[in-house]
Amino acid sequence: MLSFLLRRLLLIVPMALLVVTLTWGLIRIAPGTFYDSEKKLPPAVEANIKKKYGLDKPWYYQYFIMLGNVTCRTMAEDETTLNGIQFNVGSARVKCFDFGDSLKYEGQSVNEIIRRHLPYSATIGIIAYILALIVGGSAGLFAALRQNSIYDYGSMALAMLGLSVPNFVLGPILVLIFALGLYMVPAARWGGILNLILPVITLSAIYAAYIARLTRAGMLEVMRSDYIRTARAKGLNETSVLLKHAIRGGIIPVVSFTGPALAALLAGTVVVERIFSIPGLGNIFIQSVLNRDEPLTLGIVAFLSVLVMLLNLIVDISYGFLDPRIRYE
Amino acid sequence: MTNNGTILSVKDLKTYFQTEDGVVKAVDGISFELKKGETLGIVGESGSGKSVTNLSIMRLIPEPPGKIVGGDVVFDGIDVRSLSIDEVRKIRGKRIAMIFQDPMTSLNPFLKVSTQLMEVTQLHLGHDKTQAYEHGVKMLETVGIPDPRSRMDGYPHELSGGMRQRVMIAMALSCDPELLIADEPTTALDVTIQAQILELIKDLKARMGTSVILITHDLGVVAGMTEKIIVMYAGKVFEQAPTKELFSTPANPYTRGLLKSVPDPAHEQGKELYQIPGLPPDVAHLPPGCPFAERCDRVEDICRKEYPPFVQINEGHHSLCHFAKEVYEESRREKAAAA
Repeated sequence: MLSFLLRRLLLIVPMALLVVTLTWGLIRIAPGTFYDSEKKLPPAVEANIKKKYGLDKPWYYQYFIMLGNVTCRTMAEDETTLNGIQFNVGSARVKCFDFGDSLKYEGQSVNEIIRRHLPYSATIGIIAYILALIVGGSAGLFAALRQNSIYDYGSMALAMLGLSVPNFVLGPILVLIFALGLYMVPAARWGGILNLILPVITLSAIYAAYIARLTRAGMLEVMRSDYIRTARAKGLNETSVLLKHAIRGGIIPVVSFTGPALAALLAGTVVVERIFSIPGLGNIFIQSVLNRDEPLTLGIVAFLSVLVMLLNLIVDISYGFLDPRIRYE
Repeated sequence: MTNNGTILSVKDLKTYFQTEDGVVKAVDGISFELKKGETLGIVGESGSGKSVTNLSIMRLIPEPPGKIVGGDVVFDGIDVRSLSIDEVRKIRGKRIAMIFQDPMTSLNPFLKVSTQLMEVTQLHLGHDKTQAYEHGVKMLETVGIPDPRSRMDGYPHELSGGMRQRVMIAMALSCDPELLIADEPTTALDVTIQAQILELIKDLKARMGTSVILITHDLGVVAGMTEKIIVMYAGKVFEQAPTKELFSTPANPYTRGLLKSVPDPAHEQGKELYQIPGLPPDVAHLPPGCPFAERCDRVEDICRKEYPPFVQINEGHHSLCHFAKEVYEESRREKAAAA
């Protein structure tokens, strides 16, 4: 178990480097630069900018500078920075995970921007995640228990609707009804708990729908199995059969979905953040790509890729708790 | 005990399944009686309704699509069909227990052996955790599992097929049931393990005085284990007789066909083994006459037109056939000739 954990954690390093490298390459291939404007810059100005940001150096030189920044490198004597992690190895000063300053938002470091905007996305994301688990999970469970009943058909129809209606439609409709029509909640912006309601519902709808369908399918599959018949033959009531015998096997597909889902929710979604004017990470991420703000894009990509890998690792470990037949070697 | 020692009586039981292809009459008018301490064998091909009969007794038919549409199931004077589902649950696992065909899939792979053993006695006998655990260890010991304590804390996948079936039997016998239904308990096991498991059931039955219904498609299995046998075909009882009589003088062409299909190493080396031609009929679309007519080696016109009568041959020996008496006489002549 411990060696499995260690191996998986170590594997994150090359994976993250690969993701960063690919992203860096894609940004470089994409046309346009961060200093592009409507008017073409005079060649002398452009040369100056290139020199300032080290863009006049060969590409491999730039690549290794970037790699040193996002991982670890020793600091120069006169270098001062507050980003990333800094520590001393003997007399040398080393710093890690410093993605540098944003090219667009001058004077702001990438680490600082992520730190500032992540809490908004994460707050909404975690609440939406919990809501989706509770609503989707229980809807799926009841649908499986009362298969082919009105309730089953009703909740599955609703789930289908949740899957088919995109959030950029659902969001404005909710705003129209509950904010602009009924004046029950604010239409947008960050503030109190009331402000959270609409974005959380908009964000969680599709996940709740998906979880409901996964739970129902998983439970139905398990409820047909021989060992459930055995449990019934022992005289257990349906609640015990369901909660003691069926649920572990039934929710395995749901568990495998929830890891990546949580990562996606934490990272924020640009659509929901735009609709409700929330200063989350998703919006910043998209903007950084449009601005060709290379350090910011790389920083967010690196952060998200590590997050996804960590959450997937947690999912894989939790399989072991659900299913004793799974061994980690 | 009431009812002069009869533990279970099934009368004209009908269990139908609603399918897209029409109504499947999986069990269509089955009747039998089981006395206390007796062992009954139910034999038949796949799909003949053996398992559905016994799931119906315990009201374990998935509903829908299945439904018990008629007949009576009386267990120890209790009309099982009129009970509420909660009352049925008090009988399941406590007074009637069941062993299923495939021990690989019939134990819950997610739960420890101890959990699965303990929950039965905690539910029915009101055991607390320690009592239930000790009882579980005792039961594992009873069914011949070595080192029962360490097995208790293991999971089913750590056990071999034979061991798992032993755990199933331990589970089934935990509450000392009056009736044990074993649904093809040895089908999924190696031949050597089969013999062990059958010996175990036989031995435990003798010690605990349990009545047993043994479902199988293997005539060899029922021969040494049972007092009487029911032969089922297409959801109906084709022949019913004391075990000895059924084997020596069968009165139904289907039973004769089954007995002839058993390989006999002592006779006629090199001769091709007999097999009943054709396949069991589709029980959703049965012809009006005898359901076995198309495969029968002595079929006559009447078989295709008229449903056969259930003829009594001797005390406790019945056969569903237009020519039951003739077949019986034929069997007797053959037996006399062989002797």
